[in-house]
Amino acid sequence: MKLHYKVDGGAFTSAGFAAGQVKRTLRQLGISPEIIRKISIAMYEAEMNMVLHANGGNVDVELAKDYITVVLEDQGPGIEDIDRAMEVGYSTASQKVRSMGFGAGMGLPNMKRYADELTIDTKLGVGTRVELKVFI
Amino acid sequence: MHSVILDKDKCVGCTDCIKRCPTEAIRVRNGKAEITVERCIDCGLCIRVCRNNAKKAKTDPLSMIHDYKFKIAIPAPTLYTQFKGITDPNIILTGLKYLGFDDVFEVSKAAEIVTQETLKYIAEHDIAKPVLSSACPAIIRMIQIRFPSLIPNILPLISPKEAIARYVKTYFIHQGMKEEDIGVFFISPCAAKVTNSRYPQVINKSYVDGVISIKKIYMELQPLLKKIKEPEVLSMSTSKGIGWADSGGEGRATGFENYIAVDGIENVIQILEKVENGKLEDIDFIECLACVGGCLGGPLTVEDAFVASHRMEKLKKEMSKKNRKLRDIDLFSHPVKLTWDKPLKVKSVLTLDDDREKALEMMEQLEAIYERLPKIDCGSCGAPTCRALAEDIVCGKAHVEDCVFMLREKVRNMAKDMVILSEKLPPSIQKKGDNENDG
Repeated sequence: MKLHYKVDGGAFTSAGFAAGQVKRTLRQLGISPEIIRKISIAMYEAEMNMVLHANGGNVDVELAKDYITVVLEDQGPGIEDIDRAMEVGYSTASQKVRSMGFGAGMGLPNMKRYADELTIDTKLGVGTRVELKVFI
Repeated sequence: MHSVILDKDKCVGCTDCIKRCPTEAIRVRNGKAEITVERCIDCGLCIRVCRNNAKKAKTDPLSMIHDYKFKIAIPAPTLYTQFKGITDPNIILTGLKYLGFDDVFEVSKAAEIVTQETLKYIAEHDIAKPVLSSACPAIIRMIQIRFPSLIPNILPLISPKEAIARYVKTYFIHQGMKEEDIGVFFISPCAAKVTNSRYPQVINKSYVDGVISIKKIYMELQPLLKKIKEPEVLSMSTSKGIGWADSGGEGRATGFENYIAVDGIENVIQILEKVENGKLEDIDFIECLACVGGCLGGPLTVEDAFVASHRMEKLKKEMSKKNRKLRDIDLFSHPVKLTWDKPLKVKSVLTLDDDREKALEMMEQLEAIYERLPKIDCGSCGAPTCRALAEDIVCGKAHVEDCVFMLREKVRNMAKDMVILSEKLPPSIQKKGDNENDG
């Protein structure tokens, strides 16, 4: 089955809503806590990035018998140096964002750590597409 | 397996409790609230929000103590904060003996022992960070249902209430008493502690024989206290132990620098969401308490949580005085086990169906039904949210027409059809001019 969410930009406090909804759905499907944890951490980070850097975007979730994929697409600035963004602690977040407790440079590293497959397509000035896959 | 019950005569079938229940365990059916047993975690929020006092907790009557030869009260420290102008716990402890108890031992003394055990356990074991306190039984049950991935983070130690009951029974058995003659009664601020004494999940058996609510004891105790001029020295605990009743007290007692204390179940949910999203891995310890104000705000208390917190500070000040006498008894010479006997199990009560494919199919239906619902979460259908109604419909427990808006839409469509039908006459009796638009 498929789920779709629209994520607003700039709304830090409500960020994580889509990840929360997916978590609830997975619980109702009887998915194991470990898998739920993997998908929710990876998805939360990706959703957060979309809010912090790209003014929001669209999330499409596919729930299949043996896997879950989450595709997050935005029309943000794109990621300049993807290799550096993958490093723990590297962040381009503004001082304002950091002062709110975000932008610790854990986003992409956490996505990589918790997703079984991670694909990122990004183009400067055009946008970013992140695909996370977790096997059940 | 829960202690919150409904007084049907008082329930008017409003939406107050269904809207606030953190596990969506309540539905209004046939004009009365119904609690789904497997989902109820006994947090007592519904007891507090019900304007008609229709929610209660199943506690034991004071008369039950007479079933035992030797009656022991183990009061929660919250009890000390319920009486205006009393800053000496000995007055209250002596009062409990006037009520018929042969002896009294403070849960707060065991809180000090559990504090030491906490430090030892965390130092010796590799628990997932942040470590979550196991002190609040409602929170433990909520984690079991809503945050099962956090079960490994819970500190697997028994509560101070259970610890003092074990020490007391072990002590008196060594003094030559028969176990069956000793009755240990917990004086409780909440329903969740009633349930976890009656149906323990992580220990093989509870040493607590009965649980009496602070509300009930208060009525009996209040008139007696003024008569006590020279109280016995019965208190053994310090200000650190009694502080456990207040939010943050457990964390303060352990001396952790890097800890969070969160109280109020809705606030706890937000913090646990953050933990589950991996956002609080830099925190060592989190004390989560279901009630606002911690145990001081328990649903079975008499006093307002904030007034109680003010009194707690006064008590702590009084108890920190240097010349304070403590009861001298060798209660802790026989060691008892302070760790859980068995692990906490995941409770999958939120799952639609055990068969994954079936669940997936139901989920698709659920989403489709939800899309049609008004999404204003009015509660008129008896479910807390439109989504919860959609869940109930796919599980066969409700109909789409339970939604007043859906019903109205259906009636409207039916009425439209009726009007159209009423204009249609059989050709044999049609007069000139009728149905001329029909072509």
